[in-house]
Amino acid sequence: MPLEALATGVIDALIALLMAGVNLLPDPLSAPFEYRFMQRALLTSVLVGAICGLLSCYVVLKRWSLLGDAISHAVLPGVAIAYLLGWPFFIGAFITGALTSLGIGALERHTRIKADAAMGLMFTAAFALGIVIISKIATSTHLMHILFGNVLGVQTGALVLTLLASLVAVLVIWLAYRPLLLYTFDPQQAQALGFNTSLIHYGLILLLTLTIVASLETVGIILVVAMLITPGATAHLLTDRFPTMLAISVGVGVISAVVGLVLSVSLDVASGGAIVLVASSLFVVALLAAPKHGLVARQWRRWRLNRA
Amino acid sequence: MTDTPPALQARRLSAAYHQHPVLEDITLALPQGQWTAIVGPNGAGKSSLLNLIIGTLPPLRGELRILGESPAVQRRVGNIAYMAQQENMEWDFPISVRETVLTGRYGLIRQDPLWQRLLPRHWANPVHQQAVDDALEAVDMADHASRPIGELSGGQKKRVLLARALAQQAKILLLDEPLAGVDPPSEKLILATLERERAAGRTIIMVTHDLPGARHHADNVLLINRTLIGMGSPDEMLNDAMLARLAVGAPASGHGGVRVAA
Repeated sequence: MPLEALATGVIDALIALLMAGVNLLPDPLSAPFEYRFMQRALLTSVLVGAICGLLSCYVVLKRWSLLGDAISHAVLPGVAIAYLLGWPFFIGAFITGALTSLGIGALERHTRIKADAAMGLMFTAAFALGIVIISKIATSTHLMHILFGNVLGVQTGALVLTLLASLVAVLVIWLAYRPLLLYTFDPQQAQALGFNTSLIHYGLILLLTLTIVASLETVGIILVVAMLITPGATAHLLTDRFPTMLAISVGVGVISAVVGLVLSVSLDVASGGAIVLVASSLFVVALLAAPKHGLVARQWRRWRLNRA
Repeated sequence: MTDTPPALQARRLSAAYHQHPVLEDITLALPQGQWTAIVGPNGAGKSSLLNLIIGTLPPLRGELRILGESPAVQRRVGNIAYMAQQENMEWDFPISVRETVLTGRYGLIRQDPLWQRLLPRHWANPVHQQAVDDALEAVDMADHASRPIGELSGGQKKRVLLARALAQQAKILLLDEPLAGVDPPSEKLILATLERERAAGRTIIMVTHDLPGARHHADNVLLINRTLIGMGSPDEMLNDAMLARLAVGAPASGHGGVRVAA
């Protein structure tokens, strides 16, 4: 298959690029990356960190944290059904994730149920369905990996999916930069200027679903929402410019994923948890030390004001 | 058609939020190039009329025409500029004053060729940057262009929102309480700017609680309380008899006052 050859070619090229950087590191750090599975885990982590970082800016500014949590949980029944039918897991995941977000929108728009209740209701129902289906199938390590992530065992199929999802996310955010920015900042103005706000809304939700599905094997269902909130929240503390926020957020996502991966190998702990803990630590550092919006800077300004 | 279509024309227009009627049976026409003040008590549906025009509230019944066409068409070509109420904005958003004003051009930028839209703004069509500069100059905010919007005072925020509407250079300016909570110098500046815009031939439709301001600047006054209570010159509308009618919500001529401004 020429497509398969192309995919492996692109993956090999990207890995070679990353290894050029890794080889600059001191030996104890770069040694584990001599293994092929470590190289693939590294590439997956970098990609997942980057797209989660991109999307998390929109999630944080649009107050969609709970929606991200909802979609990530709603993915579970899709994974279980896909497993039963012998489909690739991400197809099922994408379908139930997207259906649940549409259901939330419909419930919110056409009944008196408020948005947060609609989300809580839909995603717990979907998650419960997933658990019921899983309890009927024999316990499978693969399903555990979907729940908690297992970046070290990432298969070529999942890596290709992550690569495609990253390409789509970067392309969409580049091509639709202004509509997405305006819709996030001021949806009313977007409507007044004749933008198709429903298209932007559901497009952004689909992009979010795609990112979540692509991140499943790395950080897992339970923790993916952390990667959709923490990088963006950290970046929001550090800048007052949206393009800079995107850049910082991608940086935080990638650094967390790579450092978390290295720590999980050297300490022999779960990769998803390690990645999220690194991201949370970066957030705490920003919270304390951000030049303008950090706690130390605020306290310092208050102290100076009182002295004057 | 030989004569110019009205800026806004409504025929038996009604609207509702969640089955709760906010506007009923509005019929009116506003000519182009005039300044209209919409006056009425809180919750009377003044902002809803603007929301019908910008498309955030779908009409329940009746017909609404902007410059003789459907509002969606006129929004799409950029003829409708909207200045939101300050409370509806996310002032925490990481965006500068200049970028905020530039968002007023986003509808027009959409009409640029694709390759130009994909460039960073420094290489993009200079027309848009010029319009932003002019708008910031008009509201005396050019010195604050690179500041984050969250740092501005109340009056400055209003002026930035007005600059964003001006930057669009649209035929119709919709303003939702542009003078609410504004310091006197900002108020003077905003009113002077709007006078210039009217002199340039633009149509101004402004929701306001400022009766002296409406009396002094507006060509027409719409009295709205769920339905159209009255419409005419400031002298005809802003007197004790009409304002008493407005307060109880009783139209002058039977139901749904039908009048056309001169």
